[in-house]
Amino acid sequence: MVEFTLPANSKVGAGKIFKAPAGAKRVRAFKIYRWDPDAKANPRLDTYEVDLDACGPMVLDALIKIKNEIDTTLTFRRSCREGICGSCAMNIDGTNTLACLKGIDEVKGEVRIYPLPHMPVIKDLVPDLTHVYAQYRSIKPWLDAESAPPPDRERAQSVAERERLDGLWECILCFCCTTSCPSYWWNGDRYLGPAILLQAYRWLADSRDEKTGERLDALEDPFRLYRCHTIMNCTRTCPKGLNPAKAIAEIKKMLVARR
Amino acid sequence: MTPVERPLSPFLIYKPQLTSVLSFSHRATGVALSLGTLLLVWWLVAAATSEEVFGAAQWFLGSWLGLLLLLGWSFAFFFHLCNGIRHLFWDAGFGFELHTAYASGWTVVAASVALTVIAFAAGLAVRG
Repeated sequence: MVEFTLPANSKVGAGKIFKAPAGAKRVRAFKIYRWDPDAKANPRLDTYEVDLDACGPMVLDALIKIKNEIDTTLTFRRSCREGICGSCAMNIDGTNTLACLKGIDEVKGEVRIYPLPHMPVIKDLVPDLTHVYAQYRSIKPWLDAESAPPPDRERAQSVAERERLDGLWECILCFCCTTSCPSYWWNGDRYLGPAILLQAYRWLADSRDEKTGERLDALEDPFRLYRCHTIMNCTRTCPKGLNPAKAIAEIKKMLVARR
Repeated sequence: MTPVERPLSPFLIYKPQLTSVLSFSHRATGVALSLGTLLLVWWLVAAATSEEVFGAAQWFLGSWLGLLLLLGWSFAFFFHLCNGIRHLFWDAGFGFELHTAYASGWTVVAASVALTVIAFAAGLAVRG
């Protein structure tokens, strides 16, 4: 259901302010969403003043600096720091992206950082991804074929068949797109959302997969697929430059074409 | 350990952008059109009732409040029409590249403003 307010336990209050060290010249304020499951209190927005002259260029560099030098309790996911693992997906300056790919200089003024929107929060910037992972499992993200592969080699694809997977296989499942989608905010219990639907299309588009009909049957549902209203926040926000909206449209076209 | 009630992360902090604003506007203008249709029905019923009632309806629609409502309804109509055509292209599988979606989005905004201005100017000119 469409709702425009947060539940009472989720409203964000004012937080602590950590001042920059004296003598710092290039100071930037980072306002970061904090929630501690042990504190039995509402979330808050803490302010950390960071000396950019002593900090790397990316938002993730600032987060790591804050955790190392200012406040060790700050919690966030990160791993590869080069945009391939998808761990540091979060809402920075109002849009979803990877902290490791977002330059601090891309943001004007204070840098506001929230967890991925409309998700249950485990702690600070760490959202609970259990539900989206379950949705991913539901589309059977693997090659499904009845026929046996050739005994002496792998299942071959032509160059053209392989090219159909470009723009699909690159998805790193960071869920920036899914959590940018207003339709997913309000129907995420049943709507699969852009990331999972792009993955669903990745297997529909695979020439080696033999379960296209079953896959389409599973998607032909007012909620699972058709809650997509072509808002296109997904495509706008994808840090890998992919196009989930287009992938969803391709699924809709396949459903019309098979009638 | 007792299970904790997890807060829901904020979502209205999401930056408004052309993609979502036009989508919300499409919904909002759709609702406005339905309500505006009541105005149209009321005007027709007034015309079928008596000269006196119709005169009152005409007077109201000619007042500044009536004109404002008509202006809003006209814009809602043209915006919903233009964006509806944009949606038809999407439904046919065209215009999904981000730059195309932005170009078509701004075109819809410009076209609906222009059509509203033209329709209103024409309406006021006819009224004299």
